[in-house]
Amino acid sequence: MGEKRRSGNRFAVWRSLGLVRFENVWMRYGLGPEVLRDVRFEIQPGEFRYLVGPSGAGKTSLLRLMYLAHRPSSGLISMFGADITTASRRELMNLRRGIGVVFQDYRLLPHLSALDNVALPLRVAGAKESQVREHVSELLAWVGLADHIHALPESLSGGQQQRVAIARAVITRPRLLVADEPTGNLDETLAQRLLRLFEELNRIGTTVVIATHNKTLVSRNPHPVMTLDSGELHADPLRVEAV
Amino acid sequence: MVRRFSAVVPLQGDAPSRFLPWIFALMVYLAVLALTGVLILHAAVERWQRGEVDTLTVQLLPIQGVSIEAQIIELREVLAEIDGISRVRVVPHAESVALVEQWLGEGNLPPGLPLPRLVDLKLEPGHALDTEALTIKLQSTLSNVTVDDAKLWLDRLADFGRSLALLAIAVVFLIGLTVVATVVFTTRMGISIHHNVIELLHLMGARDSYVAVQFQHQAMWLGLRGGMIGIVFAAATIYALYQVMKRMETPLAPDMPIDHWTWALLAAVPIFTALIAMVTARLTALRELVKLP
Repeated sequence: MGEKRRSGNRFAVWRSLGLVRFENVWMRYGLGPEVLRDVRFEIQPGEFRYLVGPSGAGKTSLLRLMYLAHRPSSGLISMFGADITTASRRELMNLRRGIGVVFQDYRLLPHLSALDNVALPLRVAGAKESQVREHVSELLAWVGLADHIHALPESLSGGQQQRVAIARAVITRPRLLVADEPTGNLDETLAQRLLRLFEELNRIGTTVVIATHNKTLVSRNPHPVMTLDSGELHADPLRVEAV
Repeated sequence: MVRRFSAVVPLQGDAPSRFLPWIFALMVYLAVLALTGVLILHAAVERWQRGEVDTLTVQLLPIQGVSIEAQIIELREVLAEIDGISRVRVVPHAESVALVEQWLGEGNLPPGLPLPRLVDLKLEPGHALDTEALTIKLQSTLSNVTVDDAKLWLDRLADFGRSLALLAIAVVFLIGLTVVATVVFTTRMGISIHHNVIELLHLMGARDSYVAVQFQHQAMWLGLRGGMIGIVFAAATIYALYQVMKRMETPLAPDMPIDHWTWALLAAVPIFTALIAMVTARLTALRELVKLP
């Protein structure tokens, strides 16, 4: 009961602070120019958002901040209620376990099978091996790779590799799912099917942010959109542009 | 379980994974030989110190006009009265000549060279004889007698043996340091090579200890593999050494300590090397990983 109340309180805190909150965030790589400028927005738990913008607009950089691969050069970022600009490495590690990432270049480990690649986040989190095999096999079957469980990435097509990457990102049922062009190599049918998976995860509580160029996908599956251009977020931070 | 940890960061395919076992093999080989040397020297020094060299040599210097054979009979009579001597052996003249010819060459001995007659005394087991008192007693009858005091040079030999043993221990220590330095270098190299994989693991929320386990298991496995190769070659060398030492017919030849404890100690060297490698890899990895985001 007490645990439930605590969870409820925590959720209320996220609600009030936003699951993801960027305040006047600037970002640069090393001593290079600012790639994000004065970015401000807030995403509430359970939201589904697209991040759109031309190439080089800073979408990937914004996502890197969201999956905690980078710290901002200035401004404040709050994730799950924690201020990540002052968080310790250990706190960042814990926060990262709640984030699933689909990378634009998949970043599959070439020496591991599809099963081992997808199992990695579970093993990192210390899940039991018996559960790992069961869950991973189920998920790979769901994304249509039941016959490729033991295949190495190099023997899979681009689309199949992308599905493995997506399965890896969602295997832990993350609180926040961040995807960088997740449907880039997929045909329309498969893209729609994977979007249904993201929406399914979103329905059971996962917050989803998808960076995409795919206008058809955005128009067919309407969700709030954030538009980046030249490192600046053009939409009103608190009143997100609708498609 | 090991597969699960070792497979994530593909360290097996790296260059260090190919050469490291041979470096470990060499280290273990040298360490085992050095340790064997320490044990042999320790045993020898102990034996020399206990006075287990149970022979003394009496020299009878020739005097012009005095029959040395008569003196030998007289010497035997005196020695017969002394306790603790189990056997008196007069070294034949031909044997003495042969000893000198080893240095001067066969047939090069000048005809008139006055060679002392040597008399070997074998002492009863565990009986210590005061060399100084023996010399005084013998010289009261025969003024041309001297007794070789083996104890003096045995003490020097023991000091030398102890110095060598310390040197061998220092060598073992240096080998340990080399193992540590090699593992530090290869672990850093591994982290650099697999930076992308490690970053991915970190993004999944892997703690540094999870990543460090990959390196420590690999180092331990390579250490064990190399150590086994090293110990096999070292055992063969020690066996050959043992055979050579068995053929040395001198009371000063050091014994080969071949009891179970000795072998257990030597066999533990590869395990100990693997442990050093494992701990070093873990500590190095943890230290390096902190620098990553």
